[in-house]
Amino acid sequence: MSRLFMFEKPLGMRDTLPNLYDMKHSIRTVMATEMKQWGFQFIETPTLEYYETVGSASAILDQQLFKLLDHEGHTLVLRPDMTAPIARIAASKLLKDNMPIRLAYSANVFRAQQREGGRPAEFEQIGVECIGDDTISADGESVALITSVIQAAGLENFQLSVGHIGFVRAFFRQILGTEERVEALTRYLYEKNYVGYRMHVGGLALSSIDKQRLLHFLKLRGGEEVISEAYSLIENDQGKEALSELQLLWEIITDYGQEKSVKFDLTLVSHMSYYTGILYEVYAGNVGFPIGSGGRYDLLLEKFGKPSGATGFAIRLDRLLESLGMNEPIEQVICIVFSSERRKEAYRLAQEQRQIGKKVVLQDINGVKDIDACSNQYNDITFLVGKAKEAMK
Amino acid sequence: MNDILTIAMPKGRIFTEAAYMLRQAGFQLPPEFDDSRKLIIDVPEEKFRFILAKPMDVPTYVEHGVADLGIAGKDVMLEEERDVYELLDLQISACYLAVAGIPNTKMNDVAPKVATKYPNVAAAYFREQGEQVEIIKLNGSIELAPLIGLADRIVDIVSTGRTLKENGLVEYEEIVNITSRLIVNPVSYRMKDARISEVVERLTEVISGIKAGETG
Repeated sequence: MSRLFMFEKPLGMRDTLPNLYDMKHSIRTVMATEMKQWGFQFIETPTLEYYETVGSASAILDQQLFKLLDHEGHTLVLRPDMTAPIARIAASKLLKDNMPIRLAYSANVFRAQQREGGRPAEFEQIGVECIGDDTISADGESVALITSVIQAAGLENFQLSVGHIGFVRAFFRQILGTEERVEALTRYLYEKNYVGYRMHVGGLALSSIDKQRLLHFLKLRGGEEVISEAYSLIENDQGKEALSELQLLWEIITDYGQEKSVKFDLTLVSHMSYYTGILYEVYAGNVGFPIGSGGRYDLLLEKFGKPSGATGFAIRLDRLLESLGMNEPIEQVICIVFSSERRKEAYRLAQEQRQIGKKVVLQDINGVKDIDACSNQYNDITFLVGKAKEAMK
Repeated sequence: MNDILTIAMPKGRIFTEAAYMLRQAGFQLPPEFDDSRKLIIDVPEEKFRFILAKPMDVPTYVEHGVADLGIAGKDVMLEEERDVYELLDLQISACYLAVAGIPNTKMNDVAPKVATKYPNVAAAYFREQGEQVEIIKLNGSIELAPLIGLADRIVDIVSTGRTLKENGLVEYEEIVNITSRLIVNPVSYRMKDARISEVVERLTEVISGIKAGETG
């Protein structure tokens, strides 16, 4: 490795400079407020977790984990997501009363990037988890909340695609029989490889009706009508159960008045093994990657010793900001330049302004090397310099 | 801007066939389309914008969403492993990836070397064979490598086999068949669903028409 420049940062790590920090902060505040109004409580968890517990329970692929050793030789990970730590807390502490709990977080997560070093390896997620509620109402609430939160952030052009991994697996099991074959075909969906999917189906020893069904499955995308279309393909009870869940979800979202931004996509497989029921992704018009995703993960809590239903979502703040293309005027900062004989007066003026909510910089004139540069930086600048009583503007 | 579809087209070999196919699907592409040197070609009549890219870069443009659709060889898809939907096998520009080398030679036992434009595909292939080889990445004229002793084998695209033959090389193993694919950005696939579905349907008709013609 060549010698590092002093300004260099590890691959994928970024600084947040004042403007971006302000934007992030204001968006985060708006979204957090919305989440709190829905009764979700914010928590924090450690940045480091054990690899054996949270690291291996997380949905993030092993090669994307940042690993290190503590002084006792345990392998640690920088948390790759917030869901696993929250599941850890819920299972060990909060689920004692067997009441559903609603938690929220905004935190940085860490994922090593193999490709193109510039991609963020640390980024902020803001999200919620509802743990201990098996009802579709909980899924419906999550979908409605993610929609509300994104709207609150000011994004209008976005869309949610909802799928159901339970349906996919039940449908494949009905036709293919063995778990191994279900897994193989599901993987094509996960890899978004429809060409491979069709070729794989073409090569299977199946009746032409079943092949037709498997090919038809790829078209199960669209509005509410997709559900009835899917009913015509499915015969087993688990599959029908999954569809009735989706139907119910649709009714719930409609009751919440959020159906406009929601579409179904039954081919959606966002993860090979993590999700267990309804799952969704959120897309915004001008960003090439999903800005958020979520779903039901009923098997995770079991790994922490407390089997329980759970559902939640995470929004990537950086991508949301990108899609908002924010150019909000940044709040003006007032500058008061003073010389030492008028320090007291300057301080009094600054405090008056600060009390009415203004942001005030108090700057000793002797600390300014270039008065012109200083004047250019602030639109509102007051000089309290020298013995004269009247301030010059 | 929102109803304009941006399509990343690969310059070179695939371009002509892909353009021909789009015309067959009934899309009105201007005649200067084919020999323009522009990198961005707008076709307002069809609400299309084409960007002309290096074949290897097409999936990158699509993954980042600056192109909604793209036409890319399966070889590139395998090598790049981008997070995009592979929607259609366009069945054009057929060829295959193969291992080739000088006739009647064996891999060097001490330090087996393979030169290729496709380091990921080649590495995966030899790993699956249980062979440990050193992969040497080249950007073109791969056939040179065995001739001048840089590598024992090459992994490259073979369409007619003529280039291999003219350079005195033979094919040892076929790795995988390659055709061009229609790929789609996952966000565009949802946000521009209606327009993309129309393109897919029209191209599907052309493909099945060709198939019917072949068998009928």
